[in-house]
Amino acid sequence: MTEPVLQARGLTKRYGHVVAMDDCHFDLHPGEILAVIGDNGAGKSTLIKALTGAVIPDSGSISVNGVQVQFRSPLDARRAGIETVYQELGVAPALDITQNLYLGREQRRKGLLGTVFRKLDKPGMRHGSARQMADLGIRVQSIRQKVETLSGGQRQAVAVARVAAWATSVVIMDEPTAALGVRETNQVLGLIERVRENGLPVVLISHNMPNVFQVADRIHIHRLGRRIALVEPGRTTMEEVVAVMTGAKTPESLQLDGGPA
Amino acid sequence: MNASRTVRHLAASGLAVGLLLGAAACGDSDDAETSVAGADDVTIGIVELNLSNPFFGTLQKATEAAATAKGWKVMKAEAKVPGDSATQVTAIENMIARNVRAIVLDPANPTALVDVVKKARDKGILVMTVNATLTPIDAADATFATDNTAAGKLIGQWAKASAPANPRIAMLDFDLSDGPAGGRHNGFLEGFGIADGAPQIAGSALTKGTIETGQSAMENLLSAHPDINLVYTINEPVAAGAYTALKNKGLERKAVTVSVDGACSGVQDVKDGIIGATAMQFPSKMGELAVAAADAYIKNGTKPTAGLTDSGTVLITDKPVAGLESQTSEWGLQNCWGEK
Amino acid sequence: MTSAPPRDVDAVLLEQEEDRGGPVRTLLGSQIAGPLAALVLAIVIFALTTSTFLNADNLSLIATQSVVVGTLALGQTLIILTAGIDLSNGAIMVLAAVVIGKLATDGNPLLALAAGTAVCLVLGGLNGVLISRFSLPPFIVTLGMLSVLSAVARLYTDSQSYPIDSDLLTVLNRGPTIGGVTITYGVFLWIVLTAVLGYALTQTAWGTHVYAVGDNRAAAALTGIKVKRVLLSVYLTAAVVYAFAAWQALGRTPTADPSGYSTANLDSITAVVIGGTSLFGGRGGVVGTFIGALIVTVLANGLTQAGIDSLYQQVATGVLVVVAVAVDHFVRTRQTR
Repeated sequence: MTEPVLQARGLTKRYGHVVAMDDCHFDLHPGEILAVIGDNGAGKSTLIKALTGAVIPDSGSISVNGVQVQFRSPLDARRAGIETVYQELGVAPALDITQNLYLGREQRRKGLLGTVFRKLDKPGMRHGSARQMADLGIRVQSIRQKVETLSGGQRQAVAVARVAAWATSVVIMDEPTAALGVRETNQVLGLIERVRENGLPVVLISHNMPNVFQVADRIHIHRLGRRIALVEPGRTTMEEVVAVMTGAKTPESLQLDGGPA
Repeated sequence: MNASRTVRHLAASGLAVGLLLGAAACGDSDDAETSVAGADDVTIGIVELNLSNPFFGTLQKATEAAATAKGWKVMKAEAKVPGDSATQVTAIENMIARNVRAIVLDPANPTALVDVVKKARDKGILVMTVNATLTPIDAADATFATDNTAAGKLIGQWAKASAPANPRIAMLDFDLSDGPAGGRHNGFLEGFGIADGAPQIAGSALTKGTIETGQSAMENLLSAHPDINLVYTINEPVAAGAYTALKNKGLERKAVTVSVDGACSGVQDVKDGIIGATAMQFPSKMGELAVAAADAYIKNGTKPTAGLTDSGTVLITDKPVAGLESQTSEWGLQNCWGEK
Repeated sequence: MTSAPPRDVDAVLLEQEEDRGGPVRTLLGSQIAGPLAALVLAIVIFALTTSTFLNADNLSLIATQSVVVGTLALGQTLIILTAGIDLSNGAIMVLAAVVIGKLATDGNPLLALAAGTAVCLVLGGLNGVLISRFSLPPFIVTLGMLSVLSAVARLYTDSQSYPIDSDLLTVLNRGPTIGGVTITYGVFLWIVLTAVLGYALTQTAWGTHVYAVGDNRAAAALTGIKVKRVLLSVYLTAAVVYAFAAWQALGRTPTADPSGYSTANLDSITAVVIGGTSLFGGRGGVVGTFIGALIVTVLANGLTQAGIDSLYQQVATGVLVVVAVAVDHFVRTRQTR
């Protein structure tokens, strides 16, 4: 059994009387796409925030590649190689593709130009961007295009490309296709599979069952602040999974693989 | 929990009520004083134009000094920018509510203030304008001002007599709808003996009455008309700016500048040869005359002479011309206004 | 990790480079094309209608007349690029100028300059802290600062102005004579400042972050950019620029005058907008502002020389501002899909 890339055990978080995480567990295996689904208010966003350092759990443990970690801020999670793509807001439209891909991680020229004059290595970054886009099979007219000239799907592709370029352990995608049309959604789903092929595991939070069943290797069902089931899409149906998610059916009624923790 | 919240609310309300009563009490005490009828309870209002110009600052200070010397209280207000009559109207309404006995006003606009001035006069408040006039002039009880047309005429006449044979004139004006600005402009032309659009006028430009706008305007006019040899300026800061422009082109000896104001720095410029002649104003005198008139009114109801009382203009130059009365810059430095 | 062979990437990039076309096409498609065209058009029109307009002396004069507002506008550009605005920059400059003037009256002019710079840093820094750390709207913060500083300058000087006679403080008014025309050090300084800030904005990571913060603050924050730090750095950098502007003002007119430059704040915004920088942030640059400042001065100079009422100059400038904003809006909405 390979070691989980990202694992959490017994996470709890309370806000006054409200229990957002209730002894919650989480497992992400290498090379897989794990979909996390749950109704609104189930607490999955708190779980994701704990895993990305935006929220500090009251108790419980998180480990990355077997090593226990304490995330005090999103920066800590980023340092551990965990990167996130959001539904929108991920890109700066007035900047071009290269600038967006390297935003916050710009590369400087070697030598005096870079250290004293802080000059950016634009040709180098353009090259790296082109390679990254090619790796993921994303086609654009020019690497110098301003992102605002791209379609919604292409913009999201740029956001995915950025995250895939810098993540070293986990890529988390929070409803990445929620704002996109059908064709563009398929493009982004294809991208997610490429990311997995390139060696990075993906956590995909989604409300869209067809999407989930299309790309996910396993499905983490979240309810009432904890994981109540972990299933493979091939072994169940969308209706069953939704029923468990909403509480209409109990997890035991599913054919499970890997059971509730 | 609930009890402490109630206590806090009560305390806050109590504090508010207490403050209101206190404020009312303070206000009331003033009224109480007025009702006792005496010379120690006089308040007058001074409404000025924007005080960033030292001229208006001097005028206000002199008026205030004369008033406080008589033991009066002073309410002050100023317009925010040239032309801002709205602030002045509000200020006068406040002064009416506070029962001032007299108002000394430098109107930002000749017509916009007529209504509120009438309101004040109807309540028995004496309203005098200084430096500028209302339209019609008898909308105020009296006006103490420089006769700006006379001032312009003085420097126009001096310029005519001192100008080179082929005068090429630059007119550096301020917004000509402004009373003093228009008066000086017309007076200068009259004194020089020409009219608007005369061929002797090489060019004209509007400034904001400040040094740097005077400089830019002069530079641009000189670019178009390098033969300018006589410069009319609306006030001394503009003259100073124009001089810098002339100096940058090496023309400071060839061109003569005239101005109006009589600030100490301007008179110093006359002494240093930067300004050829300037018409001195007496802002302090305006303020003092106004306060004296208010005094007579408060003591026995005598109203001052209606219409314009000229607070005086004196031509200051070190190059006098025959037939035109003037004083030297030395005299000017003794009688100027503002900081030296 | 499987990936497309590097050779393909190189080929693709080369193809894209060729598609871009030469330097002329790049210039025409760039952001400064519009303002540059407007400037050239204005110069041509005045050259044709006023015989004394197009000569080396007058063009040098126009450059000299642009330096104060032009320098001030460079700082304003940085702030507007972050989707902020600074209504207090003229007042900061004036206060610094009078502090320098008053201290230089019987003190060391170099120390006076240092004091003026310190004044700018403190006030610009205060703006920056209120805006970045306390997230107060820039319009409100700088409006309040403007009010306070206008009064402070008058209180500090008692509404008096201070003549300057120090060589150091007036050096920007002098300059070498090239081919019979004097180009002041002030103009050179303005060009150098534009080049330095232009480099910083386009060739450094800081510059990219400034644009990102103005374009999409949330996205910038998500990538780990320290937005508050970027904002504060922008206001502090602008403050240094304002100190240079004060020095320029003293060079232009050797008097520190507290009632001068009362509309310089709006003039600087005008130059920035006409130069093509968007008030919504993320687009534009200092070269455009440089051109914008020249356009405003060309209008003033040309109209005065042609004997046209300077009120028309105000009308013309206002029309240009509206046109510039409209063009920016049009370009934005066309490009966004």
